[in-house]
Amino acid sequence: MRSLLLAQTQIRERTGTGCVAENGFCPDWIAENFDKYWSPLAEHVFLTVVSVGIGFAIAFSLALLAHRRRWLTGPIIGVTGALYTVPSVAAFFLLLPITGRGNLTAIVALTAYTLLILFRNITTGLRNVPEDARDAARGMGLTDRQVLWRVELPLSTPEILAGVRIAFTTTVGLATLAFFAGGGGLGEQIYSSKAGTGGIFFQSNVVVAGGLAVLLAAVGDLLILGFQRLALPWRRVAT
Amino acid sequence: MSRHGSEGLACNPAPSDASAFGDALDFIVSERESISGGVCIGGPGELLDLAGSHLSVSLVAIAIAIAIALPAALYLGHYGRGEFLAVSISNIGRAVPSLALLAFFVAFLGIGFSNVVAVLTLLAIPPILTNTFVGVRQVSREAVDAARGVGMTEGQIIRRIELPLALPTIFAGLRTAAVAVVATATIAPLANVQSLGNPILEPQTYGNAGQLGAAIVVAAITLAVDAGLGVVQRLATSPGLKLAGRAERGKRFSYIRTRSLTSP
Repeated sequence: MRSLLLAQTQIRERTGTGCVAENGFCPDWIAENFDKYWSPLAEHVFLTVVSVGIGFAIAFSLALLAHRRRWLTGPIIGVTGALYTVPSVAAFFLLLPITGRGNLTAIVALTAYTLLILFRNITTGLRNVPEDARDAARGMGLTDRQVLWRVELPLSTPEILAGVRIAFTTTVGLATLAFFAGGGGLGEQIYSSKAGTGGIFFQSNVVVAGGLAVLLAAVGDLLILGFQRLALPWRRVAT
Repeated sequence: MSRHGSEGLACNPAPSDASAFGDALDFIVSERESISGGVCIGGPGELLDLAGSHLSVSLVAIAIAIAIALPAALYLGHYGRGEFLAVSISNIGRAVPSLALLAFFVAFLGIGFSNVVAVLTLLAIPPILTNTFVGVRQVSREAVDAARGVGMTEGQIIRRIELPLALPTIFAGLRTAAVAVVATATIAPLANVQSLGNPILEPQTYGNAGQLGAAIVVAAITLAVDAGLGVVQRLATSPGLKLAGRAERGKRFSYIRTRSLTSP
C-alpha cells in the first residue's frame, strides 16, 4: 500500500502543476495513467469470480440438501444470515489471525457473503416449481434424481441466476474493501490516494477506480443476463 | 515503551505474550499504551465513546432515509407508479461500492459529519424504498377495494390498510438498511468522523490488537442491531397477519428480502 502511495505521489510530482496538485478531476492525468488501473481491475475480477464460484458450489450443495431435508433450511439460513450480517471490514480483520494476509482471507470472507443470497434464491426457485410439473414427471417414470435435474432445476434457473446476479454485484462492492485483508483490488487504488485518516482523496483517482467498480458490476450483471437468455431458450419463446 | 510507563502514564504497555485474539480482548477490556507511545488507548471508555459516535451517525442517517424513502414509496406503491424507479434504485444501490461513494463525497464535497450522514443515507434509501414499494403492491386489491367501499379516503387506506399489511416487508428492508449503515459507518474516519473504524484504520496507533478488537466490537454491534430489529419486526406485525402467514411462512417474504439485499 505504501509503495503504491509513493508511486502515485511521484507521478503527481512529475505531472506537476494545477489540477493534479490540487487533487482535482483531470482528464489528461486519467488518459496518461489509465494503464495502472488494469492490474487492480484484474485482481478485482479474480476475487469476485472466484468467490461467487466457490460460494455457488457451497450454496448449491446446501440447497440440494435442504431440498431433501426441509428442516435444514432454517438453521442454514440462520448461520449464513449471521455471516452476511457481520460487516465486511470486521470480517477481514477477524480472519487475519487465522488465514493470514492475502487473497485467501479475502476470498473466504467474500464467499461467506454470497452464501445467504445464493442459498435463498436457489431454495426459493426449487420451491416455486409447480407441483403439477413434478407430478407429470413422476408419472412419466422419472426417479427423484431425474425430477431434480431435468424438471426442477431447469424450471428454477431464472431464480437461481437472479441470485447469482445479486451475489455478483454485491461481491464487486464488497471486494473494494478486500485490500484490508491484503487482497488488492480497485479499493486499494481508491484508498491509496489518501494517507491515513483525515487526508484528501485524489478526485481523478476516485472517479476512475470507483467508476471501474460500478462498470464491472454492470457488465457482469449483463453477461449473466445474456447467459440466462442463451441457456433458457424456452422462456424466450414463451414471452 | 517502559520509558513512558515511568513518566506516570495511567495505563500499562500491551501484554507481549498474548495470542492475537487474547490480545484483542485485552484491548477491549482494559486501557493500554498506544503503539507510538505516550497516550492511553483502548478499554471500555474509549470504545464506548467511539461506539456512541458510530451509532449516532448511523441513527441520523437511518432516520433521514426513513423520512425520505417511506412516504415516497407508500405514495408510489399506493398509486402503482414508478415500479421501474423502485427496482432500478435498488439495483444501482447494490452496484455502487460504499468505499467508492464515501471517497467520492470526501474528494468532491469534503470531510465532516454531514457528508458521512449523506453517504450513509444514500446507502439506506434503496432497501427501504424497494421493500416498502413491494410490500404495498402486495397488499391484496380486494382489501383496498373493501376499505374504499366502507368509505375510507386514500390517505386512510394508506395509513390503516396498506401500511400495517406491508409492515413485515418494510421492516425487512429497514433491517437490511440498518445493518448496511452500521457496517459502513466503520469507514467514517476516512471523512474525519469518529467511529469504531478508528482503531481499524489507524494501526500505527492502535496496532493489530486494536484492529482486531474493534472488528470484534463492530461485528457484535451489527449482529445485535440485526437481532434487535428482528424482534421489533415480530412485535410490529399485526396478530392477524402472523396467523395468516403461518400457513405459507417465509415464502413471499424471504423472496423479497433476497431481492432487496444490498451491499454494505
